[in-house]
Amino acid sequence: MKRILALILVTLLTFTLAACGTQPAAPDGSSQGTSSEDGSKTSSNSDSGLIKVGIVNNPPSESGYRAANVADFERVFNEANGYKVSTFYSLKNDEQLNAAQQFITDGVDYLLISAAATDGWTNVLENAKNAGVKVFLFDRMMNVDESLFEAAVVSDMAAQGRMAVEWLKEQNLSEYNVVHIQGAMGSDAQIGRTNPLNEEFEKGTMKCVIQQTATWDEATAKQIVESVINSGEKFNVIYAENDGMAKGAVAALDEAGITHGVDKEVIVIGFDCNKWALRELLAGNWNLDVQCSPFQADKIHEMIQMLEAGKTLPEKIVINEETYFDARTITQEDIDKYGLGD
Amino acid sequence: MGNGFKKLMRTQLVIPLFSLFLIIVFNLIRDVGFFSISIVTNNQGNPVLSGNLISILNGASAVAIMSIGMTFITSSCKGQDISVAAVAAIAGSVFVSVLRSYEITVPVIIYAFLLSCLISVVFSMFNGILVAVFKIQPMIATLILFSAGRSIAYWINGGATPTVSSPLLSAIGGFIPGIPVPTPIIIMIIFLVLISLVLRFTTLGLYTQVVGINEGTAHLNGINPVWVKLLAFVISGVCVATAGCITVCRIGLINHETLLLDAEMDVILAVAIGGTALSGGKFNLYGSVIGAYIIQALTVTLFAMKVPSAAVKAYKAAVIIIIVIFSSPVVKEFVVNLYKKMFKSRVKTPVKAS
Amino acid sequence: MQNNIVLSMRNISKSFPGVRALQNVDFTLRKGEIHALMGENGAGKSTLIKVLTGVHPKDSGQIFLEINGGLKEVNVRSPHEAQNLGISTVYQEITLCPNLTVAENMFIGRGNYRTVNWRSMKKKAAEILEKLNIPARAAQQLGTCSIAVQQMVAIARAVDMDCKVLILDEPTSSLDEQEVEKLLSLMRELKSRGVGIIFITHFLDQMYGISDRVTVLRNGELAGEYEVKDLPRVQLISKMMGKDLEDVSSLKKKSLPDEKADSPPVYEAVGLSSTNCPNEFDFKISKGEVNGFTGLLGSGRSESVRAIFAADKITGGRIKINGKSVKIKKPKDAMMHGIGYLPEDRKKDGIVEDLSVRENIILALQVMKGFFRPLSRAEAESFADEYIKLLGIKTASMDTPIKSLSGGNQQKAILARWLLTNPQYLILDEPTRGIDVGTKVEIQKLILRLAGEGVSVTFISSEIEEMLRTCSRLVVMRDRRMVGELRDEEMTQGNIMHMIAGEAEKNG
Repeated sequence: MKRILALILVTLLTFTLAACGTQPAAPDGSSQGTSSEDGSKTSSNSDSGLIKVGIVNNPPSESGYRAANVADFERVFNEANGYKVSTFYSLKNDEQLNAAQQFITDGVDYLLISAAATDGWTNVLENAKNAGVKVFLFDRMMNVDESLFEAAVVSDMAAQGRMAVEWLKEQNLSEYNVVHIQGAMGSDAQIGRTNPLNEEFEKGTMKCVIQQTATWDEATAKQIVESVINSGEKFNVIYAENDGMAKGAVAALDEAGITHGVDKEVIVIGFDCNKWALRELLAGNWNLDVQCSPFQADKIHEMIQMLEAGKTLPEKIVINEETYFDARTITQEDIDKYGLGD
Repeated sequence: MGNGFKKLMRTQLVIPLFSLFLIIVFNLIRDVGFFSISIVTNNQGNPVLSGNLISILNGASAVAIMSIGMTFITSSCKGQDISVAAVAAIAGSVFVSVLRSYEITVPVIIYAFLLSCLISVVFSMFNGILVAVFKIQPMIATLILFSAGRSIAYWINGGATPTVSSPLLSAIGGFIPGIPVPTPIIIMIIFLVLISLVLRFTTLGLYTQVVGINEGTAHLNGINPVWVKLLAFVISGVCVATAGCITVCRIGLINHETLLLDAEMDVILAVAIGGTALSGGKFNLYGSVIGAYIIQALTVTLFAMKVPSAAVKAYKAAVIIIIVIFSSPVVKEFVVNLYKKMFKSRVKTPVKAS
Repeated sequence: MQNNIVLSMRNISKSFPGVRALQNVDFTLRKGEIHALMGENGAGKSTLIKVLTGVHPKDSGQIFLEINGGLKEVNVRSPHEAQNLGISTVYQEITLCPNLTVAENMFIGRGNYRTVNWRSMKKKAAEILEKLNIPARAAQQLGTCSIAVQQMVAIARAVDMDCKVLILDEPTSSLDEQEVEKLLSLMRELKSRGVGIIFITHFLDQMYGISDRVTVLRNGELAGEYEVKDLPRVQLISKMMGKDLEDVSSLKKKSLPDEKADSPPVYEAVGLSSTNCPNEFDFKISKGEVNGFTGLLGSGRSESVRAIFAADKITGGRIKINGKSVKIKKPKDAMMHGIGYLPEDRKKDGIVEDLSVRENIILALQVMKGFFRPLSRAEAESFADEYIKLLGIKTASMDTPIKSLSGGNQQKAILARWLLTNPQYLILDEPTRGIDVGTKVEIQKLILRLAGEGVSVTFISSEIEEMLRTCSRLVVMRDRRMVGELRDEEMTQGNIMHMIAGEAEKNG
């Protein structure tokens, strides 16, 4: 009896998880397939003149970034723009591999992949090449030979960090006492955003008051800043590796009566450009927010059109153009155009 | 003879208190002013208390509140609910989505809180029914929501990290104008008082322990174990919702991925440090709360010591291992014996001398 | 004489928080003797054994063991060390692995076998089994053997480990008569091989049947060491209890009260059945009556009384309390109608181990008062204090966890729990099992006193004499059915035996 129940539960669990993996596409009510099974259907009506595209991505529930990324691809890759799209979401590499293989078997024209892990893709991409399926990588690189894909549109996390540090240097402060709140250790974003600042610390141009990970958690970020305030050490810059942690840090400043923002005691820097964060910039409460663009769809769309037109692509690795927003220059249009979420 | 036993009873609280004491002493040696409290004016223009002690009490309140619920679950069900943090994320998401659909006023906040409590209790009851009625191991039963909870929160949030901002909310997550003590601390105290009253004016404590120690006896003495276990999950549901809402108010943002991240482990640890056996039975509510403060004190200490990011977890683990070993029955017995020997020799020597 | 001694314990003292378990106890064991260790529950037998086997460290005193022909002082720090020194223990509960074979059980976990040679192991096991005349095969799974044989295997394992001292802690309590006889003959066999055996038992017959000498403990002190043949039973019991046994014989049971037409039975059930007791039965008990359920283990006597208390799920039947129809679907219903139930398995269903004596005593009353009306600390203390005194519960304090009390005192605390609810009908299932003679008598007296005060009591005991002494009516059960009822003069051992056996013969 108990065993049967356990079995039912496990099944239930699997279903729940599976549902979580695929459900995000459902609420949109779009006609796009959400799984490889739907992909097989698309192959039957291939004479509709649409370009068949298989997208393998991480599920939008992964993060706000991913949600924006998925939304961006949904905006660009649809029937109105001449695409017949099948999408598969998973955080697991092996599931992604299977889905990609299925898409190849289904005979898609293009395969767009944001891999969950960088390794293990060579086989599948070779199959794609043999089947004449053109592959684009987006958001994340993978460990494969460059000949196996047409182009990769990726974010350069280190560039984001450099942008922020350069901007900070331009402020010409008399001294830089930086509170550095890191993301989850070892993640791409953390490494990319930490390194440029570390270089400055090593050079001695900036002083590190504290460098601590808050694992992307807003409340932990607040506690870290509280502890600095309590120690009585001076600081005039908060460099938080995402918007949420910057918000947590600012909450600590507010409680301690420390002013922050444009021409205030403490400079606040965040990353990711959430809409609400950009609004803080507009209000002058924060100083800088650096974009980590989730918008790669337009670029890929452009390249696909080039290939369809028989042209060759100018470059293999396309670094996503990224920008940053200074509180002194940001406008409401920037927020509407570049802000993530709502 | 009674005194001797009372002393032994007290050792249940002695270990957590002693650990807390050690951390305090360690910090005082490191920095005499570590626990100094000062009054500063916050950006809303209110005088408020500030200092590491306040940070510890404030920062621990969410985990402390959840540890109250976890104590009841641990005691009666002989296991832990590992989904509390995920359910807190759900509760926080419900809270935020209600707040975002209305103009934020006090009644709306109360309504949002009650609704998030209700949702949280429903999810908690789901766990409770699996545990109490279907007799599934708590850790296995709650694994479902542990893995699915944050996805549900994601769905409620519509995939984003919505923000809410209102002076009323920062009054809950921060300070009420005119009161220099952080509101989460006050909420924690209110919670503790409430639960003490419940323990005082109901037989919850006795029933919970009887069910946890010997279900057969509970049944034969007219206690319905299913009912008692479900009640523990209901209490936990309310605790979890409160913790989730406080955390949301602190920052004014709900991030389903990071809200109370890994808090379930801290909560379980708080219960363990507090002297409640994770295998159920006798519980020590105040010990659990102290346990939560110990963990937070440890975290704040590590921040203050500027321990490198990569090493934080290792440091925390090392200290916690020491605390847990100290509270183990083996060490306890050793200390009791040592004390006895010292006490005896002190009595003996003057006799010999005379 | 000196050469003959294998074990000598001198001035052993041991105390636990609040309790002096042993005080200057001496114990001597000779080669090739069976030495009984007797005493009431809580007298210190178990503690003495645990000190000897290294489970508890002793506070003071010395232990000498015969090593290479001479007595040497030893310091036993763990059961494993005790085993290496040649002290082996076989407990009441089997501590072997039922899913392994007999041979594996005999050899596994023994330090000198680094690598296992299954074949030689099996062969050796077979030899030992044959030598000791144990009816088991080496390759047989232990779980398929009877309890007695399992016990014998445990003994064989102990003996093969070159033990000088074999401790048998209540080895016969779960065995039937035949099995006991087999075990006793094994003990004689070992005795002839020169093993010193410490035999702990509650059964006087067995003790007298096999032991050479006896050491009696009382309240943690040595009450005396005797040659068994010089010690009459009555004297032994009075040594154990520290008083003369007149009390026992002075018990006077009440005769069956007259069933008056105008006073309905306190409890009456028609066609009652539960999930565990599928055969419907009728039962009634009148005010102040002591009735008994008898039958072999598994005859359904416990299941029947559990159905009365609604301890199992009720599947049918009508119930009247004092002539009024009521519904009793769960234990709380029964409690609210003034029924109390002391369960058969004290450990599993009776005590709440980690809670204090006070909390254990007030539990049932508290539940009846309800969730929102907790007893105040002062009320609870005064109730606990009253009943601890009334029943003479030996405990360091009312805050002591009940698990640290001896079995008899635990039982008294549970009795106190039900007496506190002021029941009109009390069901006592094996209240005297596994407790010492003194407490047994006290409980029997208490039952009669309660009956005198108008409480109806159902009393179940495996010891028929106890029931004969206290009950005025006996319900006899066989194969889960009530097969008959005996009253007053009909109640003789013979009648009961015949009825249980299924022979329709009455000498009344």
